[in-house]
Amino acid sequence: MTGEVGERGRWAAIPVFGLILATAFPFYWAIASSLTPESQLFRAPRLVPRTLVLDHYRTLFVERDFWVPIRNSLVVAGTTTLFCVTVGALCAYALARLRFRGKVPLLGLILAVSMFPQISVVSPLYLLLRALHLINTYPGLILPYLTFAMPLTVWLLVGIFRQLPAELEEAAMVDGASRLRAFREVVIPLALPGLATTAILTFVYSWNEFLFALSFTLGPERQTVPVAIALLRGQYQVPWGQILAGSIVATVPVALLVLAFQRRIVQGLTAGAVKG
Amino acid sequence: MASVRLEGIRKTYPNGHVAARDLNLDVADGEFMVLVGPSGCGKSTALRIIAGLESPTGGRVLIGSRDVTGLPPQERDIAMVFQSYALYPHMTVRQNLGFGLRMRGAGPEVIAERVTKAAEALVLESVLDRKPGQLSGGQRQRVALGRAMVREPQAFLFDEPLSNLDAKLRVETRAELARLHRRLAATIVYVTHDQEEALTLGGRVAVLRDGLVEQVAPPMELYRRPAMAFVGGFVGSPAMNFLPGGVIGRQDGATLGVRPHDIRLVAPGSGDMDARADVVEPRGSELLVYLRLDGSKEGEELRVVAPPEPMVSADTTVGVRFDRERLHWFDKDGRRLAD
Repeated sequence: MTGEVGERGRWAAIPVFGLILATAFPFYWAIASSLTPESQLFRAPRLVPRTLVLDHYRTLFVERDFWVPIRNSLVVAGTTTLFCVTVGALCAYALARLRFRGKVPLLGLILAVSMFPQISVVSPLYLLLRALHLINTYPGLILPYLTFAMPLTVWLLVGIFRQLPAELEEAAMVDGASRLRAFREVVIPLALPGLATTAILTFVYSWNEFLFALSFTLGPERQTVPVAIALLRGQYQVPWGQILAGSIVATVPVALLVLAFQRRIVQGLTAGAVKG
Repeated sequence: MASVRLEGIRKTYPNGHVAARDLNLDVADGEFMVLVGPSGCGKSTALRIIAGLESPTGGRVLIGSRDVTGLPPQERDIAMVFQSYALYPHMTVRQNLGFGLRMRGAGPEVIAERVTKAAEALVLESVLDRKPGQLSGGQRQRVALGRAMVREPQAFLFDEPLSNLDAKLRVETRAELARLHRRLAATIVYVTHDQEEALTLGGRVAVLRDGLVEQVAPPMELYRRPAMAFVGGFVGSPAMNFLPGGVIGRQDGATLGVRPHDIRLVAPGSGDMDARADVVEPRGSELLVYLRLDGSKEGEELRVVAPPEPMVSADTTVGVRFDRERLHWFDKDGRRLAD
């Protein structure tokens, strides 16, 4: 029995291995290149680099002051995520559980808002933000991000809340909790894996967003990481080493975030709630 | 504890389904009232309306002398045991038991004391720090029970609490519930689709059909004097036989109801009529015999419970005698006719 499964498992491992290779190789290549001295970057490529140096990182942080875009990105993506998940959770709960008129059209409308191609709203948004004196400010990025990220958050969370057994909230209310208290004490803890997943998706979206960040910022003091990386290229030369070093730095927080929440995401928290 | 009263409750869902037509029910203080009926009869809706989880389209709900019709569940001071138990999976048994008290602002000492007491009564001390996922079905059931008990509410509501247990555990828990009711002198409204459970547990039993109460009576009266043909057919197992009154010479169009236990098998020719034994099911202490009245396959079926001796074999002809003291007569609307 086990032998048979093991045999099959070995065969299944081949595509998995191939997939991992295909996904991980560009990442490896970026890391390797970011650690290769400028002088060797454009020679015949080697799979395992001979000399490893931190030159590009040093330039990035010492000369280019890369801390500023990182801080900007953290502030913008973090705030967007916070608002999205808190406000979105309340919206989604109402849509998932309460009975009220016009619920289905409302859900459709929320989805429709996120369907506009970003490029089509850049100009009107720019005018709007300029009129509000929000160009080159944090709110000037966070607000447009919210309009795009919130619908996604709400839709994801509606699905997550609907999966939870309604009897648990009913039990909490009969036990003396108000609707909001039941939401806080019972729904939120049970939806935590879903909330974490949603938060990560929102964060990654805001962290990687380029078009708005490029359009609504003016100088390096408010530029986010993707914009800063794009603007590293000069008129006559492209500093690939620094660009790749910047990309690695941009990827690390996201990767760490996913790793940190990974257990939460996988954990089946609802086990044992109802019969089973 | 308090009484529970439903006055003219109506409930129509947005999709047009009518769950309660005109529901009236009086549950006295300390009474064990069972709502029973086939699925879709409105018994669960009635319970949820008492709990405040559904709002009625019309009518009033009273707990004690208080009109609670417009109040949310948390202000009604009732406890409910759900069919799925609805234990909070992220909390330990201790936290589950104490949740209701905490929501109502009880202090930690009071909570600890009452939780300990309930855990002792339900033999849950050893699992207090486990989560529901680590408990057996019976333990989960007792936690659900305990969560309702610690609060000392105005009334207990049970929504088919035994349907997830296996047969043995169900019988044990049934006895446990009866003891609990006696000890706490609690007002209980208990919903089940199982007529046997209803009869064994209920101080009184309300039989529901299509959003209406057909009859409310103590179990034995329900069994002996069903007010409606539907009640007669629903309560008691195996189910009551219904025959046209003509078979024993009544010609006013009335329907005869007779329980399988109230028919005796006699020698052919010596009873009220003869019939052919179609299927014979031995049940250990008795035989369940399915008869065909006119000897053909299409004839009226008659279920008879007979003593195990003498053995009846299939495809033999037997005589049938009805116990004249135990006949039930119903008019064409299914209402019981005066004896």
